[in-house]
Parts: sequence; C-alpha cells; structure tokens
Amino acid sequence: MSWDWNYTGEILPDLLSGLRITIAATLLGYVIALVLGLVWTLLQRTPSRAFNLAVHWVAEFIRSTPLLVQLAFVFFVLPGWGLTLSALTAGIIGLGVHYSTYTAEVYRAGIADVPRGQWEAATALNLPRRRVWRSVILPQAFRRVIPTLGNYLIAMFKDSPLLMGITVVELLNSAYQAGAKSLQLLEPLTVVAALFIIVSVVSSLIIRRLERRYATN
Amino acid sequence: MPPTDTTPEAPTPEEAPKTPLSKTPLPETAPSKTPLPHGDTPGIRFEKVVKRFGGNVVLRELDFTVAPGERVTLIGPSGSGKTTILRLLMTLEKVDDGVIWIGDRSLSHMERGGRRVPANEKHLHEMRKQVGMVFQQFNLFPNMNVLRNLTEGPVHVLGVSRDEAVERARGLLDMVGLADKIDAHPSQLSGGQQQRVAIARALAMQPKVLLLDEVTSALDPELVVGVQDLLRDIARQSDLTLLCVTHEMHFARDISDRVLMFDQGQIVEEGPPEQIFGDPAEQRTRDFLQAVLAT
Amino acid sequence: MSDVLDSFPLLLRGSWITLQLTVYSAVLALALSLLFGVLGTTRGLAPRAVSRFYVEFFRGAPALVLMFWFFYSLPLIGLRFTPMFAAVLALGLNYGAYGAEVVRGSINAVPKAQYEAAVALNLTPAQRMRRVLLPQAVALMLPPFGNLLIELMKATAVVSLVTIADLMFRAQQLRAATGETAAVFATILVMYFVIAQLLQLLVRYLERRTDRMLGRRPRKGQPELRTVAAGAPGVGGVG
Repeated sequence: MSWDWNYTGEILPDLLSGLRITIAATLLGYVIALVLGLVWTLLQRTPSRAFNLAVHWVAEFIRSTPLLVQLAFVFFVLPGWGLTLSALTAGIIGLGVHYSTYTAEVYRAGIADVPRGQWEAATALNLPRRRVWRSVILPQAFRRVIPTLGNYLIAMFKDSPLLMGITVVELLNSAYQAGAKSLQLLEPLTVVAALFIIVSVVSSLIIRRLERRYATN
Repeated sequence: MPPTDTTPEAPTPEEAPKTPLSKTPLPETAPSKTPLPHGDTPGIRFEKVVKRFGGNVVLRELDFTVAPGERVTLIGPSGSGKTTILRLLMTLEKVDDGVIWIGDRSLSHMERGGRRVPANEKHLHEMRKQVGMVFQQFNLFPNMNVLRNLTEGPVHVLGVSRDEAVERARGLLDMVGLADKIDAHPSQLSGGQQQRVAIARALAMQPKVLLLDEVTSALDPELVVGVQDLLRDIARQSDLTLLCVTHEMHFARDISDRVLMFDQGQIVEEGPPEQIFGDPAEQRTRDFLQAVLAT
Repeated sequence: MSDVLDSFPLLLRGSWITLQLTVYSAVLALALSLLFGVLGTTRGLAPRAVSRFYVEFFRGAPALVLMFWFFYSLPLIGLRFTPMFAAVLALGLNYGAYGAEVVRGSINAVPKAQYEAAVALNLTPAQRMRRVLLPQAVALMLPPFGNLLIELMKATAVVSLVTIADLMFRAQQLRAATGETAAVFATILVMYFVIAQLLQLLVRYLERRTDRMLGRRPRKGQPELRTVAAGAPGVGGVG
C-alpha cells in the first residue's frame, strides 16, 4: 500500500479542526497550570508546617499519578457528584490541574535557586521583607524559570492527545476517526506525527533562545 | 628538521649547575620498583610556534629549546602564554602554526606520504607516552580512590599487570608520604595531599617530560612548602626534563637550571636563576619580579 | 465499594502489566539514552547529526501518537507489531530521546579539567568516556532519570487505548461492569501512587550509592532548578 496524496488532502480539514481543539486545550490548560501552580507554592509556605506538608503530599499525589486516569476521574466521576462537564472542559481542567503541580515545583525551585547572598545583601540593606520579595527575589526567580515554564507548555501540548481517552476529538482522535471510516490509517496518523514533531522542534528552538537570553551565571 | 640533542643556548645536563647528588644512579637491584623514571630523556624544541585564541595571539612565533634532562621554569605576568606552552606539550591545545618537537619527533605533526600533516589521535597517543602533567587544581578522578587513580593509567594505557601497578603505586605513595591514604577517596584528602597524589599519578605513567602547571597556586599557604619539597626531591633524584610554571620565585630558583621570562607570548629574557633573580638585564623582568616579590 | 474489593485481583493483574511495561520500556529507553547521548558528545559531525535526529524526532512525537502509528499505520505497509511490542517500542523510543538529552548534558557537565587529566594520563578517547567521564556523569544523570522513570510509568497508562490490559484498562472494564466509577478510579490512583513512590525509593537509593562512590555528601531537601528543568518532559536537558 502506498501513500495517497488525494486522500491526505481530503482528511486535512478534519485534522485542522482537531488541531484547533488541541491548541485551545493546551493554552487554556496552561493558564490554569500557571495560576494554580502559584497557589500550590503559596499554600506550602504558610506558618503551619502540618498544613504545608499536607498540601505537599496532595500535590505529590497528583504529580505522580497518570494524567489519563485523572482525566477519566474528572470526566466520569464528577457527574455522579452533580457536576457535569463537557469532555473538552473536563480535559482542560484535568490538564491544567495536573501540570499545576509541575509549575508549583518550578516556582519553588526557582525561588530556592536565587543565591543566599541575595537574601543576605537585602537583609544587610535592611529592606523590608515585602520589598525583598518584590524587587529582589521574585524578579530573579522569574528570569530563571521562564525557559522551564516554556518546556512545560510543550510538554502539555504533547500530552494533549490523552484527551481522546475521554472522547475529546482533538488532533489524534480526529485523525483516528477520519482513518477508521475509510480503514486507511497510514496517512492521517503520519500527518499527525509530523505535525507534532514540527511544532515541538520549532518550539524547542524558541526555548533554546529563551534559555540563552535568560541564562544565569 | 629534527632538533639536535643539545643546542648551544641550552646547557647539557652535565654542564648544568646541579648538586652532585643529581646524577646519583639508583641501586641496580629491582629497577622496576624504583618509582622515578630514568634514561633516554628527550629534549623539547619550539619552532616558530603560534597559538591564537580567537583574535587573541597568545604565542607569537615562539622559538626555544629545552635540553634533555634540563629543568626550566617559565615566569612572567599572567596571560603571557606560559600555561599555554604546557598545555600545547600535553596536547590539550593545538598549535596554529609552527612545530613542536619532543626528542626527534614532531608532537603536533606527523609524516604521511612524505608530507607533514596535523597529528591524528594515534600519533598524539604515541607522543603523550613521554609526557606527564600536574595541574593547578590536581584534577584527581573523584570516581576512583587513591590507588585506582594511580593504577588506572599504568594498567589500561601502559598494559602493566595489576599487581605490578599496585606495587608501583605503593612505592610512589611511599615516596610522596601518603602510604596510609592508599584506600582513601580524593575528597577525604587535603589540597596538599591531593596534589601529592596527583604528582604520584603523573609519575606512575613513567613520563620522560614532566609539566608542572602552577602546582601550588591552589593550596593553602601552610601546605605549599611540603609539596615544593617533594618536587625538589623529585627533580634532584631523577633525570626528568622538567617544565614548570610558577609564581613562587624561591621555588623557581631552587628547582631550575634555567629560567625563561615571558611577556606577551615571547621570551623577554632567559638565563640561570642566579642571573634572572639576581641581576636581570631587562626592565620588564625587573618590574615583574618587583611586583611578584612585593606581594 | 465491595464490588471493587472483590475484583481487586483483576486490578493487581493490571498493575503487573503496568509494571512490566514500565520495566521493559525503561530498559530500552536507558540503552537508547546511553547510545545516543554518548554519540551526541563526540566530535564527529555524522554521529552527532544521527543523535540530534533521533532526539528531535522521537522527543517531538508524543508516545501515544507513536504508539498509534506503530499499531495502526505501520501494519498497512507490512510492519506488524503486537500491541505490547508497539507500546514498549513507542515508550522506549520516546523516553530514550529525553534520556539521551540528559546523558549528553550530564557528560558535558563533567568539569573539563577531568577530561584534560584523562588526556594527560594518555587514556584513549573510549577509555576517557568509559572510565572517567561516564562514571562521573552518572551522578548528574540520576535525579533527572528518576523523574523520567516516574513519567514513563505514568505514561504507560495510555496503552489502555490500544487495548493492552494494564491497570487503567482493567479499571475501565470494572467501571463498565460495576458502575462504581469513583471507587474504581480512586483505587487505581492510589495504586499508581504506590508504584511511583516505590520507584522513587529505588532512585533515591541509587543516588545515595553514586554519591558515596564519588565521595560527595548526599543532597538533602528538595530538587534544584536544574533537576526540575531536566526532568521536564518538554525539551529540557542538563547543563
């Protein structure tokens, strides 16, 4: 069996609408991950050690269990508790919450990565604590984590096909369905793989430039 | 053209002002156990050697010769190219132009089909057999204990049996005064001890030429003397060709037959240590010595 | 809930498949990581290009897409795989590409002075790699490898979508049979969590051993930014 360009052309519109869903889910999920990650980080810095530890383990639980299972949980279990979500909404929430536990770790490590001397210099200048955070620590931490946060955007993009596990017709699912109708799966799946590789390679080049730009030391 | 064994400007070992001790042959019994290498030491010759780093010319058409068994110290302000000379001899850098000779063979080039071409890895491997180096930062292998640091090269490069390599390592550790540290880990040793092990490691490869690159610069002041005394003994008891880069002028005076004063990639002045340190001819040498001795 | 408990052996069988998939894929990924990672540090242009191509290609495509491709597309051009083989191949190739970047970065992060000392001892290029650079790089590789191992274990859940009866697949079966949706998924989430923690312990043990071997003080506390960045299943690497 050989490659059929006409057929490839026919399925392309289906794939492009799948790609739109994939991109939408990735970007919306990313916004959730960025914001919720900050919440996790702050919740682990409260005065109560027990509370911090509890939050830490909840985040650890989410981080070390499969996204696909969590998606299924959100999509299949929550309706039983009276919260019915569309597959896409469930997917975006699942993706965002899962990756928020990663961004939380990035924020934490970024703050810890600011050299001790910076804290000491700020203390020596007798700056108020709020000021130290706002004008010394956070700006430096932010620079450090930008490339890593970029990595996680790509990671989420590449994890978005899991949404087909809860019936979302994203890029991979659209290819699968288009191909299953005609029993010709070579072209659609190859196009999908190629699309993913192209997007990943291009974005990894962008990240590398970010890394150079925000390189520390 | 291969260099002749001795050159007019470089004194032969016999002429060199050494203590009578310097040529005392070691006992004939069990020569394999004597830790220090002896016999057919090659000389070194730089011919119009040019080395650039980017647009920065570090060595400009440098010519000099070191006689077999001669002990030469390179002094001069930092950035004058002294360390680059040692790194070129250790093949850690490549020459941009000119030729370096070790004995009668070119280090940087080899003959192929009657033409001189840049050396390949095989040629470099062959040439490196004659050269050993001790680094400023010791550079012991942290994934090996002291014994394995000393036996790794002999066993895997020289093809010495493990037993013999261990035997030789013991002898060398004895000589550097660290026999009890044979199983220790580099991180458990002080800087001075690490540098002694590094010296023993270099000697275990039985080089004919030993390069010392600011070997005491990274040490705490109280550890410097011990390492210097050790090197003094080694210089006295072996016929190694020795090239030493140092900022310790007393050490340079003790250890060398000849001192080369460098500035901006060229030799400003050379001569026996008594002359260079006692009565330098060049203003730049006087300025440099004054600056170094003032600190 | 009692239905779920009755069917626990079914879930255990599923988790056994999950564990097998993890181990097979991890072994394949490790071999590919070392091969292409070391190739990526050589001086020759051709081996570096091969390494680059492998990494970009298999890191770019998600494991699930690769799996579908191996499972549904390649049979159409005459290459037929069992689902298990397609899954191990897809996961191994995918995570091998991440691992190769970790290996390459770790070798490059070994201080240049160590390379120079190995040259001064006249070790051959292969001996320098095997006896000096690689052993020291292992200590740098382990924390990001630990992250990747957990990621790989989590990624095995997607095999349920190509009909392999792993833990997730059994859970879906059980959900269909009993309707105990919440209990089933909660149970397997805990099971995955336990597997992840066990793998974590294994990695910590290996880290302590290599730290001792290199005479380093074991790291305390939480991972550094470089480690977090290197474990990202995006494009990260060490150094």
